[in-house]
Amino acid sequence: MTSKINTYKRFTSIFLLIFSLFIGFSNNLSASEPQEHEVDATHVEADTHGGHEAHEANGPIDISAIALEHVSDSHSWHFWGEGHDAVAAPLPIILKGNNGIAFFMSSEFHHDNEGKVVVEKNGERFVMFEEKIYFANETANEYGQYVTLTAEEKEVSVSNATPLDFSITKNVAQMFISVFVILWIFISIAKAYKTQGVTSAPKGKQSFFEPLILFVRDDIAKGNIGHGSEKFVPYLLTVFFMILINNVFGMIPIGANLTGNIAFTLVLSVATLIVTNINGNKNYWSHIFLPHAPKAIWPILIPIEVVGILTKPFALMMRLFANMTAGHIIIISLVGLIFVFKTIYIAPVSVAFALFIDVLECLVAFLQAYVFTMLTALFIGSAVADHNEDGAHNSDDKALEAGH
Amino acid sequence: MNLFILASLIEPAVGLIFWTTITFVLLLVLLGKFAWKPILNAIKTREKGIEDALASAENALNDMRELKSNNEKILAEARAERDNLLKEARDTKDAIIAEAKAKSQAEADRIMSSAREQITNEKNAAVAELKNQVATLSIEIAEKILRSELSSDDKQKALVNNLMKDVNLN
Repeated sequence: MTSKINTYKRFTSIFLLIFSLFIGFSNNLSASEPQEHEVDATHVEADTHGGHEAHEANGPIDISAIALEHVSDSHSWHFWGEGHDAVAAPLPIILKGNNGIAFFMSSEFHHDNEGKVVVEKNGERFVMFEEKIYFANETANEYGQYVTLTAEEKEVSVSNATPLDFSITKNVAQMFISVFVILWIFISIAKAYKTQGVTSAPKGKQSFFEPLILFVRDDIAKGNIGHGSEKFVPYLLTVFFMILINNVFGMIPIGANLTGNIAFTLVLSVATLIVTNINGNKNYWSHIFLPHAPKAIWPILIPIEVVGILTKPFALMMRLFANMTAGHIIIISLVGLIFVFKTIYIAPVSVAFALFIDVLECLVAFLQAYVFTMLTALFIGSAVADHNEDGAHNSDDKALEAGH
Repeated sequence: MNLFILASLIEPAVGLIFWTTITFVLLLVLLGKFAWKPILNAIKTREKGIEDALASAENALNDMRELKSNNEKILAEARAERDNLLKEARDTKDAIIAEAKAKSQAEADRIMSSAREQITNEKNAAVAELKNQVATLSIEIAEKILRSELSSDDKQKALVNNLMKDVNLN
């Protein structure tokens, strides 16, 4: 168990090391070769309006910006191509503005991501800048942008107000697709048990997923929660397969990086937080508010325990987000090496490393689903445990009771 | 490093939170009702079936073992019974033979003794008869002799003389 986590930690640290190396490397390159100007037309066009750090780097492609855009959410489902040649599926945009809900397709922005195209709905005007939707200014600035940009040192911020954005973004769309896939897989498996009977050996999908279901039920749930784990198995199974299927979807080249999005991991960890705390028994709460320690250190211990309630799911959120995002960034950074060095001869190295990381990501897809589910089970287990973890406390309790 | 995009990376979007919450809760409910419940029940039923099958196999094995040991016991008992019967038969045979021998011996003895007794009786009777006959004959002879001897006076006188001669008067 611990050895698995250690291995995973080691992998993660290697990832982060490579990741930081590449990010640093590409930045050095962009700084050291400012005279280079042979880049594709879109970027030259994009560079003309300035004011933005990503576009200030005249010359070499800013791999870090591309990598971060790649792992971020988007209002349209981009397949290939750049600028006006981009092939992308439009997605619905749903905005809660001052005048009610505005609903339109992302294609109305005409692939604009720099605040130049204004869409007017419900008497309100919207622009999109860096995949974020703002209320548009009355007039455009010198670059044709309907947003007010303020640059502080290297940081550019937009001072326009934002509507509440409930758009079906790429991540949301993928989540819907994944939910249909998950429902299809498991409802058809459930039907298979009904039609084939329970005594026959599993077939097809059943034989792939049944060991996983059993693994979650027996090793994760029963192993960490113990008595009464049956109640939590459906939740753990849902979390496990939701993460696993979306991790796998994220690895498909046009797939969205949903599990590497902090909003998604936030919801899952809040769910774990809720499930853990509404099932917390007397022992769990007494461990937090009446710790087995001298009363003198209670003022220190109780706040730590209370904060601990939140740090556990917070770590879950950050772990899944960082691991999945890091994996995607490494791959795009490796491919980006070709463009950084501007030579085709680096391609075999990039492809070899990217393939290696891809295979590793296959492992990580399962590993992260496992780690999230296992830790969730562990937290639930500690909340519903009947007795304190060590027998010493119990004997103390008994001694106290005897004394009274 | 593009801090603007990096900031957007770790800033959770309200829309995604909203949709994820709805979707996740819906998924939890739908899967729980239509997938996990039947799947887990089916697996549990199967596991119980396997457990039962194993237990019944074990039971059958135990039964077989018991049956076998029972059979052996019965066989041993039968063998002992047979040996017993044989021994009894042999004993009975010996006893019958011995008894028959004793009986026949006794009978023979009885017959012999009775025969001996009869012989003795017959012999005694014969001796007695013979004695009687001899006595009668003797008397008859004596009578006849006497008659012939005493048929004349001379003879009577001769006899008396003769007798007188024998009598030695001392």
